[in-house]
Amino acid sequence: MKKPEEVFQLLKDNFPTSNLELKTDLPTEATIVASPLEIDKITLFLRDSSELLFDDLMNLSGVDEPKAGLLSVYYHLGSTKFRHKITLKVSTDRNKPEVSTVSEVWKAADWHEREAYDLFGIIFLNHPDLRRILMPYDWNAGYPLRKDYENPEFYQGMKVPY
Amino acid sequence: MGFLDKEFTDGNIVIAKVEDLFNWARLSSLWQVSFGLACCAIEMMATSASHYDFDRFGVIPRPSPRHADFIIISGTVTLKMATRIKRLYEQMPDPKYIISMGSCANCGGPYWEHGYHVLKGIDRVIPVDVYVPGCPPRPEALLEGLLKLQEKIRHESMIKKSV
Repeated sequence: MKKPEEVFQLLKDNFPTSNLELKTDLPTEATIVASPLEIDKITLFLRDSSELLFDDLMNLSGVDEPKAGLLSVYYHLGSTKFRHKITLKVSTDRNKPEVSTVSEVWKAADWHEREAYDLFGIIFLNHPDLRRILMPYDWNAGYPLRKDYENPEFYQGMKVPY
Repeated sequence: MGFLDKEFTDGNIVIAKVEDLFNWARLSSLWQVSFGLACCAIEMMATSASHYDFDRFGVIPRPSPRHADFIIISGTVTLKMATRIKRLYEQMPDPKYIISMGSCANCGGPYWEHGYHVLKGIDRVIPVDVYVPGCPPRPEALLEGLLKLQEKIRHESMIKKSV
């Protein structure tokens, strides 16, 4: 079992040029903040490193932070062998939200990323099949979980508001 | 249905209006589209099972809308599903009836304000005959909804459209 501090140190040693930050003063578990375009390499290391073996992507979710002008993605990782956990966070510009896909690292990320794309409009670069997953394919009124989202009056001739 | 019970004693001849006979036949074997949506569908399944026994009213779930007389909209209708429900309804042969079951299908239910994905009432897409309130309605409530629908069919006229 590794503490978040130890995981962070291992990442620092293996990615010396990356911009990494450990946040422990949170009401939740400690979070490692990483760069959105390097997250695929970092997660591949976390999965394959023999001391860490984060083989389980427990959750992947988008978060809208309009005051900071950011769209973020949280990754909750777990290891079924060592029983330790870690949380990763990447933030991108709200106007051009681009994050590298981790669907090559964990297959489970495929649909999670499609959901984050569907509801927040986060573009996952190199994703194999980045389509809407819950909303209709022809939904063109935007991304419903963004804070500034407004529902359209009509969808295919059906009135949407109450 | 009373006219059938009494007049059999009289030389096995039944005299009735064609309208009454047709209505009686229709209301006594309502075949249902086998279609469920959300938690209401669980109650609908309980209604179909042995304890509440939907079958005693002649209700048989059918695997195709082309076999069916009515459809129970049992649950939350998303905008995406609404387009599919409309297609199901259009495939059903006339005469066809609709029971809207539960708050979601009636008016959007708990999703009425913030449910960006929910249709606020199935009657915005297809015409509803009976609304069953509840969240979800108990099987007894659904049974009463069916009795109301039977009552409606009993008073239908081949010439005049009933209310």
